Amino acid sequence: MIKTSEIIETINMVEKEHFDIRTITMGISLFGCIRDTVKDTATAVYDLICKRGQNIVKVANDLSVEYGVPVVNKRVSVTPASFLTAKFMGEELEVALALDRAAKEIGVDFIGGYSALVHKSMTESEKSFILSIPEVLSKTDRLCSSVNVGSTRAGINMDAVKLVGEVVKRAADITKDGLGAAKFVAFCNAVEDNPFMAGAFHGVGEGDCVVNVGVSGPGVVQHALKSIPNASITELAETVKKTAFKITRVGNLVLDEASKRLGAERGIVDLSLAPTPVIGDSVGHILEEMGLEEVGCHGTTACLALLNDAVKKGGVMACSNVGGLSGAFIPVSEDIGMINAAESGSLTLSKLEAMTAVCSVGIDMVAIPGDTPVSTISALIADEMAIGMVNNKTTAVRIIPVPNKTVGEYVEFGGLLGRAPIMPVHNKSAEKFISRGGRIPAPIHGNKN
Amino acid sequence: MKCILTVIGKDKPGIIASVSNLLASNNVNIEDISQTIMQSTFTMIMLVNIANSPLSMKELREQLKALGEEIGVSIHLQHEEVFDAMHKV
Repeated sequence: MIKTSEIIETINMVEKEHFDIRTITMGISLFGCIRDTVKDTATAVYDLICKRGQNIVKVANDLSVEYGVPVVNKRVSVTPASFLTAKFMGEELEVALALDRAAKEIGVDFIGGYSALVHKSMTESEKSFILSIPEVLSKTDRLCSSVNVGSTRAGINMDAVKLVGEVVKRAADITKDGLGAAKFVAFCNAVEDNPFMAGAFHGVGEGDCVVNVGVSGPGVVQHALKSIPNASITELAETVKKTAFKITRVGNLVLDEASKRLGAERGIVDLSLAPTPVIGDSVGHILEEMGLEEVGCHGTTACLALLNDAVKKGGVMACSNVGGLSGAFIPVSEDIGMINAAESGSLTLSKLEAMTAVCSVGIDMVAIPGDTPVSTISALIADEMAIGMVNNKTTAVRIIPVPNKTVGEYVEFGGLLGRAPIMPVHNKSAEKFISRGGRIPAPIHGNKN
Repeated sequence: MKCILTVIGKDKPGIIASVSNLLASNNVNIEDISQTIMQSTFTMIMLVNIANSPLSMKELREQLKALGEEIGVSIHLQHEEVFDAMHKV
């Protein structure tokens, strides 16, 4: 039998350190649902999702009971919807409503994939699709949206970046407290098998139906580091790696069983340290445990680089297929350590931007003043996309210009989305740069053939 | 299905008896058992087989939880595979 101390360690991870399976996400290809009319297409989309996804919630709940590890979210990701609506310019909402209805019918928390891939250029229909996003987000509850505006191979589509800045602003303006913008992500190098929201979509290279699992556990990592208060940095990295291995193994087990029971292809485990606003479930606090007075001070980027890399190394050993974003997330409103640091002024947008160069995503769940100019939002997105493009990694921006609020005030989203202090943005303009349009060419190391 | 049952709490007479009784009356077989005092806390670990129990795992857990509350210990029941996955390479 396994050692007593190991059994107690596992039980404590769940009971005291908030270890959980953050999401079981079923990816469903909707290419077969394209019909002659938008109405028929929407019906086919609804029917297929309800058919394929009807057991997700039950299977996730059963596994949660059997393994004694909570499965927090059940989700669906679908083929980027811009492919489905290409023939139906101006009527995209119909498909969006069908996606949202299907999500409610099968009981999943979110459905991702109201997405477009325009990293090199945009078709007329994709432009129409992107312009539909704000209204779609205001008229749906569970649908999430994303647009890939750049890649290391293609460069950055600055026309799309300009447009996406407008989408973010409009989505925030027409929803309560800007919530619409919290369901939208701009990506560079978006991955096709990400199970986490708001950026999940079922990539075009994927099969009919696949299950991906996202594990989390910032609390477990923090606890492990707490037990070695005077260790060297080498030992810190080793401990994170071992802890990541253990939690990914459980994700691997759940993935095996979930895909079998749902009759779907076995996808990937995404090992991401995804924080929640609960105390003891914070990535910011892991960095502070490493020896920072408060996250955001000098040294933060180095600590995060160490953490992100060690998490990946431990995870890769533990599972035959690791994918998604795998690493550390730094969503400000969802992490109590980050919230506190943003409040005290330790954590600024500039520092966050630096942090995104070494972690798995980007400027995530950051609230900014409602009167921020659209061109500033686009410029902020462009900066983040440039980091992703040049470093050959995924970067994302999920930023909320909260209507009628400014620095010093708060926005409360509730639940997993948490609360955020409004952070100041740079007050000098990039209007001229953004208005130019065109494309930032791919970096030289993007030409690898 | 094999599960690991853990009982953790303040030591007092009758803990093993009451847990074993509940398991026996629900046709759960105990395949291995170890008990120790870790940092002055009573810690018992059982490997049990619930395949022939009329109760579902969820029902069994609920009963064990209620018993734990009654006698002042914390009782967990988890699939053995979780521990194997985490601690065996």
